[in-house]
Amino acid sequence: MAANKELGITPTAGAAPSTDEFIKGLWRDNPVFVQVLGMCPVLAVSNTAENALAMGLATAFVLLMSNILVSILRDFIPKQVRIASYILIIATFVTITDYVIQAISVDLHKSLGAFISLIVVNCLILSRAEAFASKNTVGKSILDAAGMGVGFTFALLCLGAVRELFGNGTIFGLGVLPDNFQEWIVMILPAGGFFTLALWLLIFNVMEARKAKT
Amino acid sequence: MSTTTSIQPVAQPSSAKMLQAMVGIGLLCALLIVLTFEGTLPRIERNKAEALEKAIFKVVPGITSKQTFAFDSENQLSLIADDTEADQLVYAGYDENNQLVGVAIEASGMGFADVIRILYGYDIQQEKIIGFYVLESKETPGLGDKIEKDEAFLANFEALDVSLTDNKERVKNKIVPVKQGKKENPWEVDGITGATISSRAIGEILGGSTGSWAPRLAKSLEVLTKKEDHNGSE
Repeated sequence: MAANKELGITPTAGAAPSTDEFIKGLWRDNPVFVQVLGMCPVLAVSNTAENALAMGLATAFVLLMSNILVSILRDFIPKQVRIASYILIIATFVTITDYVIQAISVDLHKSLGAFISLIVVNCLILSRAEAFASKNTVGKSILDAAGMGVGFTFALLCLGAVRELFGNGTIFGLGVLPDNFQEWIVMILPAGGFFTLALWLLIFNVMEARKAKT
Repeated sequence: MSTTTSIQPVAQPSSAKMLQAMVGIGLLCALLIVLTFEGTLPRIERNKAEALEKAIFKVVPGITSKQTFAFDSENQLSLIADDTEADQLVYAGYDENNQLVGVAIEASGMGFADVIRILYGYDIQQEKIIGFYVLESKETPGLGDKIEKDEAFLANFEALDVSLTDNKERVKNKIVPVKQGKKENPWEVDGITGATISSRAIGEILGGSTGSWAPRLAKSLEVLTKKEDHNGSE
C-alpha cells in the first residue's frame, strides 16, 4: 500500500468500484481462514449451523452498516478522534442488531446470548472501518463489507455444519446421520471448535500451497 | 514508513472540529438507537409473553385457558390482570369445563454456569408436580443442557410427589435430587450422569420452591378454582 494512501489523503473519487472488492473477502482475504480475525465468536457460536448462520448474518449486518456510515462521514471525522467515532458507530449498530434479533425470536436471542454484544469488539469490523471504509467511496465500502460479511458467514457455517454434524448428528436441526450414530460430544464443546478450525485452516493452506506451486 | 510520511499534508484540526464530529456522531447514534428501541419494543414484549404462555400450556397439560394470580403482602391470593408486573405470580390453568387442572410457578436457582430459571406445573388436588420447562439456562451445551432434553430426566416430572402433611402446614417429604438410577421414592429426582451439578440444581430448586408454595397454595385452593368467564384467554 502506498504511503500516501496510509495517510488517508488519497483522492478516492474516480476509480469505479470493481467486483474485486467483493470477491477478495470471500476467498483470497477471507476474514477467518486467511486473516484469522474475530476468533472469539468463530469458536464460541459455531456449535450448530443455525447459530453460526445467525451470528454470521448479524456480524455482516453490523459490518455493512458501519462501513457505510464511516465511509459517508470519512471527511467529517478528524483523524484524532477516528477510533472513538468508529467504536461509537459500531456499538450503535450492534445495539440495533440486538433489539432486532430479540424482536425476531426470543429463542434465537437466547442461543446467541452474550455474543451479540461482543460483536462490538470484533476486530474484523474495526479493521474494515479503519483500513478500508475511512479511505474509500461508499460504493466500494459497501462491496468490501458485503464480501467480508459473506466470507465471515461462510466460514462460520463451515465450522458450524461440521461441529453440529458430528456433535449432534444433525445439520440445521435435521437428522442426517443414522440413529445409532454415537455423537461426539467434544465437537460441540469449546475443544471441538479449535479442532474444527484447525482442520479448515489446514485445508485452506494446503489448497493455497497447491495453487502457488502450479 | 517512507520519508514522505514525515510531511504534514494538512493542518491540525481545531478542537472545535473534533468536538463537533464527536457530538454529531453521538447524537446521530443516539437517535438511531432510540428509534430502533421504540420500534421493536412492542414486538419484543409480545415475543416474551408468548414464550411464557407457551411454557405455561406445556407444564400444565390439557388446559385451554389460564388466569394469573399473585400473593399480596398479607399472603392472600388474588386475581390480577395478565400483564401486571409483580413477584410471586401463580398461573392457574383450566380445562374446557373451567375446572382447575393445575398451576404453573416460576422458580430459579444457581446452576453450573449461571442462574437457571424454570417453570413447573403443580396439581394442587393431587399434590404432585405434573410438568417442567426450562425458561432460561446457560448450562454447558452437550452436558448441562441435558436438563432440557434428557427424556429419562424429564420423566421425573410427570408425577413428582409433593404430598403435604395432614394439616397442610408443610411438605411431608421435601423433593431431593439423587444420583442417576438411585430413585426409590416418588419425591426423589433422578439425576443425569454427565450433568450432575445441573440436574442436582433442578432438584434443589424444586425442593425449595415447593416447600414454600405448596402449603400456601393448598390454603388458597378456593380462590384458584373460581374461573371468571370474562377472562377467557383463548
